[in-house]
Amino acid sequence: MTQTKVANNEKNIKILTGNHAAAHAYMQARVGVVSAYPITPQSPVVEKISEFINEGKLKAQFLMVESEHSAAAACCAASATGSRVGTATSAHGLMLMYEMLPWAAGTRLPIVINLATRSCGAPWSIWDDHSDFIAARDVGWIQFMCEDNQEIYDTNFQAFKIAEDPRIYVPTIVAYDGYLLSHTLMPVQLENQEDIDAFLPPLKHHINLSDISQVKGVGPVTTPNIIIREEGTAPGYYEFRYALQKALENSIDIIKEVHDEYAAKFGRSYGNGLFKTYKTEDADTIIFAMGSVSAQARTVIEKLRAEGLKIGLVTLRLFRPFPVKYLRDFFKGKKNIVVFDRAIGYGYEGVLCYELKAALYGVQNPPFIKGFIVGLGGRDVKGEHIIQGVHRALELSEKGEITYETEFYGLKLDELDFLD
Amino acid sequence: MTDSKKDYQKILASVQKPVIGEAGKTGTWSNFKPKIDLKKCIPAKSGKAACFNCWLYCPEAVVTRTIPPEIDLEYCKGCGICMEECPVNAITMEEVKPE
Repeated sequence: MTQTKVANNEKNIKILTGNHAAAHAYMQARVGVVSAYPITPQSPVVEKISEFINEGKLKAQFLMVESEHSAAAACCAASATGSRVGTATSAHGLMLMYEMLPWAAGTRLPIVINLATRSCGAPWSIWDDHSDFIAARDVGWIQFMCEDNQEIYDTNFQAFKIAEDPRIYVPTIVAYDGYLLSHTLMPVQLENQEDIDAFLPPLKHHINLSDISQVKGVGPVTTPNIIIREEGTAPGYYEFRYALQKALENSIDIIKEVHDEYAAKFGRSYGNGLFKTYKTEDADTIIFAMGSVSAQARTVIEKLRAEGLKIGLVTLRLFRPFPVKYLRDFFKGKKNIVVFDRAIGYGYEGVLCYELKAALYGVQNPPFIKGFIVGLGGRDVKGEHIIQGVHRALELSEKGEITYETEFYGLKLDELDFLD
Repeated sequence: MTDSKKDYQKILASVQKPVIGEAGKTGTWSNFKPKIDLKKCIPAKSGKAACFNCWLYCPEAVVTRTIPPEIDLEYCKGCGICMEECPVNAITMEEVKPE
């Protein structure tokens, strides 16, 4: 640590919930427009932001709208005027925003959404799992999953810087587990405003609709073919979508770069910026998980090592773009991977599990991969579930048995009196 | 193949500026064309800047606010709203015969 040039020596540590850590980050990132609609467990983010605006601590436009769809639409419009824009939501709020998400991505609007994750109905549930986060996968946004409140605060600044990078311009989601982080108090080191300003300069947007002398429409009907006219050519839909995909592919280096710059400036890093490793150096078996599930798995690594297992943990931080190349390099030569998912790709299996399997396609001596479902709808993910999962996976690996049925931990079917 | 490292950075948002004829010669869509009878038309008859309902109501903005009003048939879609709104029935719709 002595080598690291830390920005300031005086500590400004506050005890904050995950939601309030996100709100503080928005304030210090100097967002210009916040348009949001309340939904549990996200609401305290935007409540706090409106307090900051009311107290004069943040000069921003707060738009009160009638739904999340309007919130996201207003965010798109505000971003297209060149303003830094952020919002927050959860579960069905994100579902209602969904129609606008590919618009933001396709127009390359660097909006940031903080997502306090929550399960999706039915039945109605306000508790945590990752199904909303997973549902936002295929629309062209960068997606981060955080593991503690400090990471939420830090990742937000990185998210704006990444999203606004002129080499990419891609909107970004910063997610964290509802209640487990959103409503849990933790110490968070807040940084000086000057240091944040130096790290995150004002947005230089590629689009500015506020100049009414140059009235333009954004995202008009764009034909299957390119447009060729005397005054010039214009891309077709296909070229725009190609560019979005290439921006996402090329964003991984930028995400690492921004993470490393932040780490050098403020002295806090999160693995390589893409995923974090714990006790993996000598490990041949790796637990692979995100967010709260990973936090739980970390607590049992020592216990499993006491059994003589060479086991470690990889926490995925960047879900989209999926860091395929880095994961392949990392998992080369590992024997077993046990994946714990807090979301199902319904009709298939745990989402992280099949994403990882696809990422490792064609590696030499591929690791044995087994996935389990845990903690849907806020069901406690316990250390014992992780331990049982690891044992089960190693048993299958020993036999070389590949199973196709989804397996769950933490189900309480045997306690239901109407079941035999 | 193009160099994927750089070309994508130049293709960002699809934007449009309003120009005449952005969607082609939309006047070819119509089956009917409006015709103004200048003997009945209020501004034409009185020589004063009056009425202009056709200019006001035209959804395609192809009618001029001039004496007399003129209709740009290259972009008139033949909806007939001007005929409907004309208080003195100076406008009639004439069928366009297919060639």
